[in-house]
Amino acid sequence: EAAPEPGEPRSRPPQQRQPCGEAPGGLAGWECPQAGTALSRERPPVRGGHGGTSGMSHLSAPESSWSSLPRVPAFLQGPRLAAHPTSPPALADGPNDSEKPTGGKSKAELRAERRAKQEAERAQKQAKKAELSQAATAAKPRLTPTEPQSVVKRLPEHVQVDDPAAQRKLAKKLERQQVPLRQDYGTKVNLFSHLHQYSRKKPLTQQMSIPSTVIHPAVVRLGLQYSQGIINGSNARCIALLEVFKQLIRDYSTPPNEELSRDLVAKLKPHISFLNQCRPLSASMGNAIKFLKKEISCLPDTLREEEAKEKLQDTIDKYLREKILLAAEAISRSAFEKINDKDVILVYGCSSLVNRTLCDAHVKKGRAFRVIVVDSRPRLEGRETLRRLVRKGIHCTYVMINAISYVLPEVSKVLLGAHALLANGSVMSRVGTSQIALVSKAYNVPVLVCCETYKFCERVQTDSFVSNELDDPDDLIVLRKGQAQLGGWAENKSLRLLNLVYDVTPPDLVDLVITDLGMIPCTSVPVVLRVKNVDQ
Amino acid sequence: VTQLSNLEEISQITTIQGLRSSLLAAIDTLSRVDSSVAVSSGGELFLRFISLTSLEYSDYSKCKEIMIERGEIFLRKVSLSRNKIAKLCHPFIRDGAQILTHAYSRVVLRVLEAAVESKKRFSVYVTESQPDQAGQKMAKALRKLNIPVTVILDAAVGYIMEKVDLVLVGAEGVVESGGIINKIGTNQIAVCAKAQNKPFYVVAESFKFVRLFPLNQQDVPDKFKYKADTLKTSQNLTEEHPWIDYTSPSLITLLFTDLGVLTPSAVSDELIKLYL
Repeated sequence: EAAPEPGEPRSRPPQQRQPCGEAPGGLAGWECPQAGTALSRERPPVRGGHGGTSGMSHLSAPESSWSSLPRVPAFLQGPRLAAHPTSPPALADGPNDSEKPTGGKSKAELRAERRAKQEAERAQKQAKKAELSQAATAAKPRLTPTEPQSVVKRLPEHVQVDDPAAQRKLAKKLERQQVPLRQDYGTKVNLFSHLHQYSRKKPLTQQMSIPSTVIHPAVVRLGLQYSQGIINGSNARCIALLEVFKQLIRDYSTPPNEELSRDLVAKLKPHISFLNQCRPLSASMGNAIKFLKKEISCLPDTLREEEAKEKLQDTIDKYLREKILLAAEAISRSAFEKINDKDVILVYGCSSLVNRTLCDAHVKKGRAFRVIVVDSRPRLEGRETLRRLVRKGIHCTYVMINAISYVLPEVSKVLLGAHALLANGSVMSRVGTSQIALVSKAYNVPVLVCCETYKFCERVQTDSFVSNELDDPDDLIVLRKGQAQLGGWAENKSLRLLNLVYDVTPPDLVDLVITDLGMIPCTSVPVVLRVKNVDQ
Repeated sequence: VTQLSNLEEISQITTIQGLRSSLLAAIDTLSRVDSSVAVSSGGELFLRFISLTSLEYSDYSKCKEIMIERGEIFLRKVSLSRNKIAKLCHPFIRDGAQILTHAYSRVVLRVLEAAVESKKRFSVYVTESQPDQAGQKMAKALRKLNIPVTVILDAAVGYIMEKVDLVLVGAEGVVESGGIINKIGTNQIAVCAKAQNKPFYVVAESFKFVRLFPLNQQDVPDKFKYKADTLKTSQNLTEEHPWIDYTSPSLITLLFTDLGVLTPSAVSDELIKLYL
């Protein structure tokens, strides 16, 4: 910023207000967050400046200094405005900048009127947004109202563990919701210090009184099942979550003077935070929660409470049935076309979809193929797959992941499950999947991924570091001949144990994605997302 | 497609389902006689195109009229599509270019014709394309257009690739992944072109888009690989020579269709729009 005036924060509002002044639609985006997302898509050229990291600091100052607007008139002279040509927002509004100096006093009057109007509207909005947490720095809360407009989304809390400000905000939020904050355990590897690392031996329930007044007991039980690893796998977790939410809705009763559509969403928030603290939410769970929140907030006001609750439970059932159960059936049928007699199929870990496809192909359609199950420590999920397949009579071989280059020459195709499919076509799945895809590509073996469309996310990730999950490092401790290798890892200052849960496979390593909408190449995932958004 | 639209006109059946099943039967018979990818995909798309109307009108005879109209529109679109493609593709042929093409394709012929009309000078290498010597037929047609043409052996593709500026082939079918199904030998040419960094262009009409997703050569259904009578008469298919092969999308630079100039990954987007 070239401007050397002492009143620098004050001189920014005029320049920042131009976008709002010239584009009243931008303000409308504030009032209706849902419409705002549509608007933000139309306005990237203008909002782009706001989204950049340097732009964020520009944004913070004017928003907080709007209360200083009455003092601004003295500074509404052309030269000062022209002194800020370097900032990105000003670039977008370049033509406006040059207009202002020639306008003169009449423009200042118009601006004053507009300012008064905006003040009134802002006061209204403040009242509505009273629930938003006002953190110590005035900057951060001001960011949230403009979130619908900015193209860059704020980073979620669970990948900002090394940012003390974000953690303080989280702690305050949890305190307000009366959900205990789970402590991290053990030293983390530097590359992953931005992620949480919890210990299974210290479940969250030790920090709260049971029965809890805020959290429904079914949710407490679910949280415990998640954190102890009793319920595993993205489909299982999502189904369990939806069943528990159904229970929650059944037991919910609207307090007097409250709207069910608004109050229920507010009541769900502490439960979601609690589950998040027990174990970070999976992409499937995130999408299901988004869907549920939308359904609840779109409930018509005319319904009685009982009817509304019935309707909600029906929609949850429908979602479960269509997106998970029927989708599995459709995927099994499509994938069956790709399984031929005398095939040797390689599978990794334990995926409910892949198991179902193979069992259906063998039992119902009688295809003759054999399976190589690849497994890896410390979860050893392949053993569960092995158990299920052998019980159906499928011929199986079991190897550990270090042996894949030994078995791949005899494999005809690789069938993998997915935790989520990202918007750039990358596949997020259990750690080890990208390794299998890489080696298969080197051996020219086609890689097929099975994934339902409800697991498709708008996120984009090119590596496995940015957003991941760290599991309990104590899982890596091995008991051999009565001695726990690596048992004393915490005492050794230069030793860190890393137990990653997910990894990201780039789209060029995957040949085909089988979804309930059919077979698509990995690069068509954004099209499906677009079609889905249009449907909704 | 002409046959199908004729059948539609003469059909006496009074229900939409009946008409649909008779059309399906006709497509079946056609496929049994000439099992090419284009016939099956063209037939399916024709069926979808005309049956889109069936939801709107309750009066059957009116509906039938509309369907016949749409059938004619479809036919006209198909014949116009080649001109559209030629208009899109000929700017990519620069003056003085050396083009390599494979076997006999009417779309490629039309593109080269358009290039000649826009006063470009270029020369063409055509592969002989055994076992039916389709390359000779192509060479004859090109000589009529006064284009200097050389017929080369199928085995000489690797040899000639360094001299060539671009490769232009037609397609019998375009699959969901963006790959193509074409006369046997296309895959080799694509691999050589990729190795020498030469652009590999495919020209195909949109009715050739088919809902197949082969993972490798083996995955292409037998009914496309071999001629219909071979399938009926032969005992052991492994002794027969396949007539087509599958070229994977990673080897293709661009596809020119009447829907526009597409990259292989965009083909799936178009297919989703067409079929979903």
